Amino acid sequence: MTTQTEVPQRRGTPQDSGSTPVISVRRLWKVFGPKADQVPDSEELRGLTRRELMDRTGCTAAVRDIHFDVSPGEVFVVMGLSGSGKSTLVRCLTRLIEPTAGEVVFEGEDIRQADDRRLRDLRRRKFSMVFQHFGLLPHRRVVENVAFGLEIRGMGRAERVRRAQEVVELVGLAGYENSYPDQLSGGMQQRVGLARALAGDPDVLFFDEPFSALDPLIRRDMQNEVIRLHHEVGKTMVFITHDLSEALKLGDRILIMRDGKMVQCGTGDELVGAPADDYVREFVKDVPRGDVLTLRWIMRPAEDGDPLDGPELGPDVVVKEATRAVLAADKPVKVVEDGKLLGIVGDEEILAVVAGQEGGA
Amino acid sequence: MTVAVEKPEKTKPVEPPAPVEEARKVSRSMMVGAILVVWLVLFLVLRGKQTLALAAADLTDLHRWFNDVNDSIGANRNSNPLFLYFFNEIRLVIDTLVTFVQELISQPSADRPVPQIGWLGVVGIAGYVSWAVGNWRVALLAVAGFTFLGLQGLWQESMDTLALTVSAVFVALLFAIPLGVWAGLSDRFNRVITPFLDFMQTMPTFVYLAPLTLFFLIGPASATIATVIYAAPPAIRITAHAIRSVPATTVEAADSLGATRRQALLKVLLPMSKRTVVMGVNQTIMAALAMVTIAALIDAPGLGKTVVQALQTLDVGTAFNAGLAIVVMAIVLDRVTTAASAREEAARRSKNRFLAWRRPLLAAGAAVTAVLAYLSHTYLWAAEFPGEGGTGSTIRSTADSVTTWVQDNLSGLTNAFRDVLTNSLLNPFQALLTDSPWWLVGGALIALGVVLGGRRAGVTTAVCVGLLVGTGVWSDGMTTLASTLVATVLVMLLGVVFGVWMGRSALVDRLIRPTLDAAQVMPPFVYLVPFLALFGATRFTAIVAAVVYAAPVAMKIIADGVRNVPATTVEAATSAGCNTWQIITKVQLPMARGALTLATNQGLIYVLSMVVVGGLVGAGALGYDVVAGFSQGQLFGKGLAAGLAIVLLGVMFDRITQAAARRTSA
Repeated sequence: MTTQTEVPQRRGTPQDSGSTPVISVRRLWKVFGPKADQVPDSEELRGLTRRELMDRTGCTAAVRDIHFDVSPGEVFVVMGLSGSGKSTLVRCLTRLIEPTAGEVVFEGEDIRQADDRRLRDLRRRKFSMVFQHFGLLPHRRVVENVAFGLEIRGMGRAERVRRAQEVVELVGLAGYENSYPDQLSGGMQQRVGLARALAGDPDVLFFDEPFSALDPLIRRDMQNEVIRLHHEVGKTMVFITHDLSEALKLGDRILIMRDGKMVQCGTGDELVGAPADDYVREFVKDVPRGDVLTLRWIMRPAEDGDPLDGPELGPDVVVKEATRAVLAADKPVKVVEDGKLLGIVGDEEILAVVAGQEGGA
Repeated sequence: MTVAVEKPEKTKPVEPPAPVEEARKVSRSMMVGAILVVWLVLFLVLRGKQTLALAAADLTDLHRWFNDVNDSIGANRNSNPLFLYFFNEIRLVIDTLVTFVQELISQPSADRPVPQIGWLGVVGIAGYVSWAVGNWRVALLAVAGFTFLGLQGLWQESMDTLALTVSAVFVALLFAIPLGVWAGLSDRFNRVITPFLDFMQTMPTFVYLAPLTLFFLIGPASATIATVIYAAPPAIRITAHAIRSVPATTVEAADSLGATRRQALLKVLLPMSKRTVVMGVNQTIMAALAMVTIAALIDAPGLGKTVVQALQTLDVGTAFNAGLAIVVMAIVLDRVTTAASAREEAARRSKNRFLAWRRPLLAAGAAVTAVLAYLSHTYLWAAEFPGEGGTGSTIRSTADSVTTWVQDNLSGLTNAFRDVLTNSLLNPFQALLTDSPWWLVGGALIALGVVLGGRRAGVTTAVCVGLLVGTGVWSDGMTTLASTLVATVLVMLLGVVFGVWMGRSALVDRLIRPTLDAAQVMPPFVYLVPFLALFGATRFTAIVAAVVYAAPVAMKIIADGVRNVPATTVEAATSAGCNTWQIITKVQLPMARGALTLATNQGLIYVLSMVVVGGLVGAGALGYDVVAGFSQGQLFGKGLAAGLAIVLLGVMFDRITQAAARRTSA
């Protein structure tokens, strides 16, 4: 986890990691239906539930009043059930779907103001997308599929094939350059989709539920592949998923959506440790808490009489990793950050989490 | 481990339909019964009154007015600006094209006694093109097929047919593919063009001809234009469908990479729809061949003309020989274009082994073909097909002797069959339709339209009935209607029996389906020939030919409907202890009723077009009126009115059955 959690109470607000965000979304709305423009501007209509809005205006608000920032190099996950508006949201970011209202600022430029030519240029050079159903061209070989974006830009044949070949090797498809997509398994097809997105060397990669169509085992491989690529190329990623474990595994921060609205935005341990409402609580109920929570979430203030000569650990150590140390020590473990005592963790606290009881959070 | 988020709320089980539905269905069939009973009673009382019968040579004012229009167009053809600068120009362009192709392969050109390319060249080109776009097997088929046409002694006629088909397909695709792409890209244009395409496809081939002769005279140009109009819709439709079926993700992926509209069209949409478009080209070619042969009625040269003349003189041998040539040509064209649509796929699968050799082989083949074409251009032996068409005369005499034998030995059987069906089914039914007062039949049709298809279908039926009365050929229309309905009942009987059989057994399906596919590519009126031999020149011949022509479509639709019944439903019925008969009647047929209605719809349309063509072999009624209109000037107007009446019948059938299909599937 790259971002630091200061206090458990902070939630729903993006973390400021010091640098300017790559993508900054403000008050974003997407409404489908007749006179969609009126909905975001009307104080009255904005407050309606999805059903009421449908009955009143015949409109569906797929994305309502979303705001978040994505920092450079971050993996930002948007999670929600089907129909929660997450796929619409990611399409609004690149204007594959035209937003109804709000701002999408990319590297200081409001994308909604870009004309067709500028938008195409951004798509060709700055961001690219990986799709759930791959969207490959069945009549082209793997290497030609990967080079497709470069071809669209007008890059010469020799150069784009050379570049495509590099990316094909990067995603582990060496040896399959001359196959056709329908000769590959689903996981390998998605590697082609990934390679196609990487070929243009974009600043940001968007993933729209890229692994939902794959078998669980292949899905895990592909998730590891994304983590590996993230380490190797360090791209900023915006990742859409309906799978909480995928979100927790990949995401530096996670935004949970429901009915087009954002419910909570924060790191994985924030979601598990301090769910914003019952909806999120229901979501994270089955997550193995010891894998996600850090000591910060389970420590208690040192009271008079607590022995304070036990071993020390940092507040961001995951419970699972601290378990052995805490149980082995015969005194409570001190949680210390920058030489300052934040609290202590004893066997009780650890066992409450590991044994699966509801923690205090 | 994956913690997939599950949908919190389960969809509620669908409420079972209220019993009201059941009651309404019973009452619908009771209403149909009631209408028929009332009709029968009134028929017995009012028989023979107000039947609007019209003798063969009698004309109504409308017919005379059509004649006047025809005369005045004939008189002003070269002075009216609309003709001078529009219709005549089109005709000129088409005529130039057709003449050019004809002089290339079929007709002697100005300073030569033979066409530019003789038989050797044409066979070579046919083989080479088939190989290049398809594979070596269809190339062999093309060479053998074309050589057979020559052996039949029908080389020139075949080449005329081919020339017209090629010209018409060229022009049709020139318009159809861009229009199809447009309809694929634009929802609005698609909505505008779809009703026109629907309308054009429900028309029997026949009725295009008369109005076109009005504007373009008779002859190859008119025939080509009629063919273009008939053959373009499938290509437009299939191209649009192909563009639309490109997965949205793929287009979106191209967008997300910053493709322009032009790049998306050229690099994504068109390449991905190529295969389907080639199937559309196949449909267009088959439709064109069917139409070119029928266009013999407006003096189009070629095999069709040979068949029509032979049919009119009841010369079964000649008709059979020429009909066989049409069949051979249909098979060759169909196989080659089907292979073309499968080729790319096949080449990709074959591990690229031959790809390296393909280019040099193609070049070598082109060189050989060029030499053959040059030989056939230069030397008489390669230009005119050798021999006297001995195979053709063998086929003719064999067909003739078989016919004679059948008539001598089986006439008892065939006549008995014919008479039983005619007296027990056809005559009473025809009497009911033609001897009832027109308002009674009309009223009954409208009532049936409302009950079966709903109010809108009823309105359409009422309009069609009104216009039918207006055409002045009401009585002939009712005769045609009777034949069509009887034939459709037989088609549905065959369709259900074979359709269920095919739907239930994969083996039977594999055995029968190729035959049905082959039967569907035949131009309609080759079907008349064998039945002419069996049943002589009567309306019964037309009905049987219509049944045979329409049955394959019905069988295939019903078989697919039965097959699409979910296996679990059948399994559940079996585990509940149903026997085979119960499964068919209580599960499979009721669940396939959407397919049954669709089969009725297609059956009616196919039967109608064939019953009308039957006018050539003594089926009488509307078909005869149309044919007579082509040949006799004073009957032109009546023929045109009869053509209109056919259109009205077709629209009426189509609207009612489509509406009924929507109701049953809803």
